Amino acid sequence: MSPLKISWKSVWSKPLSSALNIMLIAFGTGILTILLLASAQIGEKLDNNSKDIDLVVGAKGSPLQLILSSIYYIDFPTGNIPLKDAEELSHNPFVKRAVPLAQGDNYKGIRIIGTDTNFVTVYKLKTSTGKFWEADFDVTIGSNVALNEKLKVGDTFFGAHGLTGNTDVHKTHAYKVVGILTPQGNVTDNLILTNIASVWRMHDDHEREEAAEHHAEHQDNTEEHQQKEEAKDLDASKSQKSSVENDNHTNGTKHAHIRPDQAGLNEGREITALLIQYRSPMSVVMFPRMVNQMTNLQAASPAMESTRLFSLIGVGVDTLQWFAVLIMLIAAISVFVNLYNSLKERSYDLAIMRTLGARRGQLFQIVIFEGILLTLVGTLAGIGLGHFALQFIGTYQESSQARLTGFILLNDEIYLFAAGLAIGIFAAIIPALQAYRSNISKILSKN
Amino acid sequence: MISIKSVSHSYSDANRISFKDWEINNSDQWLLLGESGSGKTTLLHILTGILKPTAGEVIINDTSVYTLSAKKLDQFRGRNIGIIFQRPHLIKSLTITENLVMAQSFASLPEDLQRVNEVLESLGIAAKKNAYPNELSQGQLQRVSIARAVINKPALLIADEPTSSLDDKNAAAVLELLLQQSGLNQATMVVATHDKRVKDAFTNIYELR
Repeated sequence: MSPLKISWKSVWSKPLSSALNIMLIAFGTGILTILLLASAQIGEKLDNNSKDIDLVVGAKGSPLQLILSSIYYIDFPTGNIPLKDAEELSHNPFVKRAVPLAQGDNYKGIRIIGTDTNFVTVYKLKTSTGKFWEADFDVTIGSNVALNEKLKVGDTFFGAHGLTGNTDVHKTHAYKVVGILTPQGNVTDNLILTNIASVWRMHDDHEREEAAEHHAEHQDNTEEHQQKEEAKDLDASKSQKSSVENDNHTNGTKHAHIRPDQAGLNEGREITALLIQYRSPMSVVMFPRMVNQMTNLQAASPAMESTRLFSLIGVGVDTLQWFAVLIMLIAAISVFVNLYNSLKERSYDLAIMRTLGARRGQLFQIVIFEGILLTLVGTLAGIGLGHFALQFIGTYQESSQARLTGFILLNDEIYLFAAGLAIGIFAAIIPALQAYRSNISKILSKN
Repeated sequence: MISIKSVSHSYSDANRISFKDWEINNSDQWLLLGESGSGKTTLLHILTGILKPTAGEVIINDTSVYTLSAKKLDQFRGRNIGIIFQRPHLIKSLTITENLVMAQSFASLPEDLQRVNEVLESLGIAAKKNAYPNELSQGQLQRVSIARAVINKPALLIADEPTSSLDDKNAAAVLELLLQQSGLNQATMVVATHDKRVKDAFTNIYELR
């Protein structure tokens, strides 16, 4: 019978106090695990999604909101920007590549993004099955979308107006899935991609429907109606343009989607934001200032805003971290008191063990193992608890973009494990030393 | 053979106890008599190898026990000396069998369940082998503590007031078992007591004054 087994049996012989100690440790470790996993995932998501994008240009408003809506697809967009302005910017010499984004629709909470082939280039996308969108209302969907909504190539679905909710469904046009992306480990896993014209047409037709409904009541809105008709014409030319685009794309030619010669056709059109890659480091200094001062638009840097966001979250994370450390400390004291008290009762037991031939070192081991067993079980339970709790939290998160998962293992968790072990040793070392030093003759003669 | 030679011990400078020399032949059964405070427990602890005397030598089977290293002494004690206390003091978190197996492993001997069963059988408590100490009566517990003392077939069996907390019937039974077990295991036995009920069973008496 090894000292370890004696410790094990001893832990089991006082289930209530052992359970209390284990729970305290598990609770503290659990909170630390959640914090560790969540902040690692948030940090990773922030980095992964913005690493190739230098600047976002959108409507005036909160720069953080602009970044959240256009890089992470979490918040609502700040508004729309005229396509004409966006085109001008994308031909600026500072700009290497500009990706237009048109948001406004969703399918079961998944954002439908109108964009062009530059998006594919910037995010280095590949399809696992099917192809990239070509014609209007063709969509290529992210791997998670395919998985969660059980969509496959050839399926069709209706988009709904707005970024969440499905009350206002666009019944006029159905989107058709033509391709599924390989898992990217970033936001594109949870997006539905199509061309910009699809988003425009969807809305134009939608508005026309509404206009037609109200036509009888509002006889005086002819002027507005005419505008809609105009818009319809533009749609036609727009889809022509996109098919030309797609031809070029299949030929393998890369170029800016929005061409100046078509600017006239796009009069009055709007997009949501423009993602920009700089041509040179010089642009970092010059370009954002130029956008903010010379135009009616706003430029926001993903790197800067992410840092700002993370520092805001950081305060909360720090507080929780200290809270968890405090719980761990209380747990350590509890284990110490538990062992110290039980040592008083057990000093006679330990003395008897010595008379049976146990060495001092073995008594030391018995007590220290007991402390380690309690904290180790607590730590493992806590790590497990943390993972499941985070997974549970993840399933209740509304935004699929920011969804956290508990089912990943981080290398850093080894530190939690080590901390648990250290707490066990720390709490047990004094009682264990006492057991080691005890004068058995004195203890035995007292009874 | 067990002998103590010019052993004396002092807990403090003022209080020094000297013990007269004592030679015990193998398989002898001795009674150690003495008033409270006469140094009875001190002598037992010295014999047991858990209290190093200030002066003198203790030899058990040709080994001078206090010249051994601490580790060797622990092992020697585990293998050669069995101790029975006034109260049984079993480890509460372990079953009867586990308590006995623990005694085997602390003596660095292999775990031998057959020996455990044999000893429990001879003491008439084999039925309780998987019970925990708190499920047993005082008399049964004292039998288990005898079993624990003899499990490793010690050369020397020491009993410190083994009967003083028991009633007449149990005291007689325990004394009977002690004599029987020391004979069965060919162990030399020293029983320290002031219990008058025990005296008659012994012819060899070492008296402290």
